[in-house]
Amino acid sequence: MIKRTPFYEIHAGLGAKLVDFAGFEMPVQYSGIIDEHLAVRNNVGVFDVSHMGEFIVQGKDALAFLQKVTVNDVAKLTEGRVQYSAMCYENGGIVDDLLVYHRGDSYMLVVNASNIAKDFTWLHSHLEGDVKLIDRSDAFSLLAVQGPHSIATLQKLTTVDLSAIEYYHFGKGTIAGVEMLLSRTGYTGEVGFELYFDSDPRTGVKVWEALFQAGTEFGIKPVGLGARDTLRLEMGFCLYGNDIDQTTHPLEAGLGWITKLNKGDFIGRSAMMKAKEEGLKRKLVGFMLSEKAVARHGYELVAGGKGLGLVTSGTFSPSLERAIGMGYVPSDHASTGAEIGISIRGKSVPASVVKLPFYQKGS
Amino acid sequence: MNFPANLNYTKDHEWIRIEGNTGWIGITEYAQGELGDVVFVELPAVGSKLETGKSFGTIEAVKAVSDLYAPVAGEVTELNKEVQDSPELVNKEPYERGWMIKITIANPGEVNSLLDAESYKKLIAQ
Repeated sequence: MIKRTPFYEIHAGLGAKLVDFAGFEMPVQYSGIIDEHLAVRNNVGVFDVSHMGEFIVQGKDALAFLQKVTVNDVAKLTEGRVQYSAMCYENGGIVDDLLVYHRGDSYMLVVNASNIAKDFTWLHSHLEGDVKLIDRSDAFSLLAVQGPHSIATLQKLTTVDLSAIEYYHFGKGTIAGVEMLLSRTGYTGEVGFELYFDSDPRTGVKVWEALFQAGTEFGIKPVGLGARDTLRLEMGFCLYGNDIDQTTHPLEAGLGWITKLNKGDFIGRSAMMKAKEEGLKRKLVGFMLSEKAVARHGYELVAGGKGLGLVTSGTFSPSLERAIGMGYVPSDHASTGAEIGISIRGKSVPASVVKLPFYQKGS
Repeated sequence: MNFPANLNYTKDHEWIRIEGNTGWIGITEYAQGELGDVVFVELPAVGSKLETGKSFGTIEAVKAVSDLYAPVAGEVTELNKEVQDSPELVNKEPYERGWMIKITIANPGEVNSLLDAESYKKLIAQ
C-alpha cells in the first residue's frame, strides 16, 4: 500500500502534483519546478522530506558497529554534529548514502526512503556486541527549510540562536512551540535547516502554518521533489539509485572525501584499497551541454563513436539555464574540459566535462 | 481546463487551428500541465513534410521529454520563433502565443478524423 507523510492533506490542499516516490505519495511540484527552484536559490522554500528513514543506534558498542558499517570516521563525530557517509558491501558497492547524527546517548542514521527496508536488513545482519538498532522512520516528520532567508524565517519562531549552529551541526529547540531537532543540513547548496519532529499530522500542520506565516515577507514557497532534484544536481550531489548504487563504489563516485581508508577496517575497505592501488578505471563527472537539448538518466555518453558510459542524472538547470548532468566515464575522459558527446535521439550532442558544483553562489 | 471549441485535437494532445488549407499546431493545456516547465522546443525546418501521426519535433521540459506528433499531413510553412526563444509560452499560453508550427494541409479531408473539443475533453477525463 502506498504511504503518505503527515503533510499529505496540506499538499493535496495546495494542489500539488503528487507522484509515487519510494512507496510514498509525494509532491513533485506545486507552482512549477523552475519557480520553486528559484524560490530556494533567491528566497526560502520548504520541502516535506518525511519519507526519509531514521534509525536509532545505541548501546556500548554502537561506535564500533558504525565504524564497521560506514565509510566515514565516526570516531571524529562528536556530540551535536552530523556526518555525511555511505554504507558499502564487501565489494565496495554502495548500500546507501546517509547522514549520521551523534545525539550523545545514541546515534541517528538518516537513510534514503527507497532503501529503508534494505538498509535495516543489511545493518541488522551485521549487528554484534551491545548494539540496538531501531527503525523510527514512522515516528518523524521531516521538513527542510532552505534558502538565503531560511534562518530569518526560522529565527522568528524560536529562541535558539540559529546563527550559532554551524554547518553540519544540530541543536535541540522548539519551533512554534514544537520540540524538534534543528539540523543545519540540506540537499540544495543553500543555507538552511532540516527539522525533525514528531509525526502527528496535527503537529505538522502547526509547524507548516507557522513557517509559512513567518516566511510570507520573504516569499516562502512549498517545494516539491522536482526542484529538490534540480537543486541537488546543480550542486553535484549524488542521488542514490541514479549516480550511486550497488554497482558503484564511493571512490569512483567522487566520495573519496568521506571514505576514510585509514580509520581501521570497515566493510568494503579492502575492495576500495585494491581499486585505489590499481587506479580508478572510471569516474563520475559533471558535464554541460551547449546546445538546446537535455541529457537524461540512461542516455549514452560517447566519444569518437564509442560508448563511454551512461548518464546517471541529467536535467535542465534553472539557475544556469542550460542542460547539466553527471555520468561515469573512463578516467582518461574525466578531466575538466574533456569534450564528450551525449547520444540524444540518435545524434551526438556535444558536452564538456566541468568541475562540480555546476552552480556557485552568484553565478 | 480550457479546450477552445474552434480547435481540433489529437489523442496525443496536440491541437490544430484550421483556416482553409492552413493549420497552426501546438499542444493542449492538459499536455503542458503534464509536462511541466517547458525549456526547449525542437521544430522541423520550414519546407519539411509532415506525415499524420509521425513525430515532427520534440519538446523538452525540466523533468521529461516528449515527441510532437503531426495531427494531419502537410508542409511546414512557418515556425514560431517566439516560442523557440521563450519556451515558457507553451505553459503560459498554449493556444495562443505557444503555437509551434504553421502548415499547409495536404489533404483537407483528413481534418474529419480529428477530435473536437468535447471528444478530447472526454478522452482526458478517462
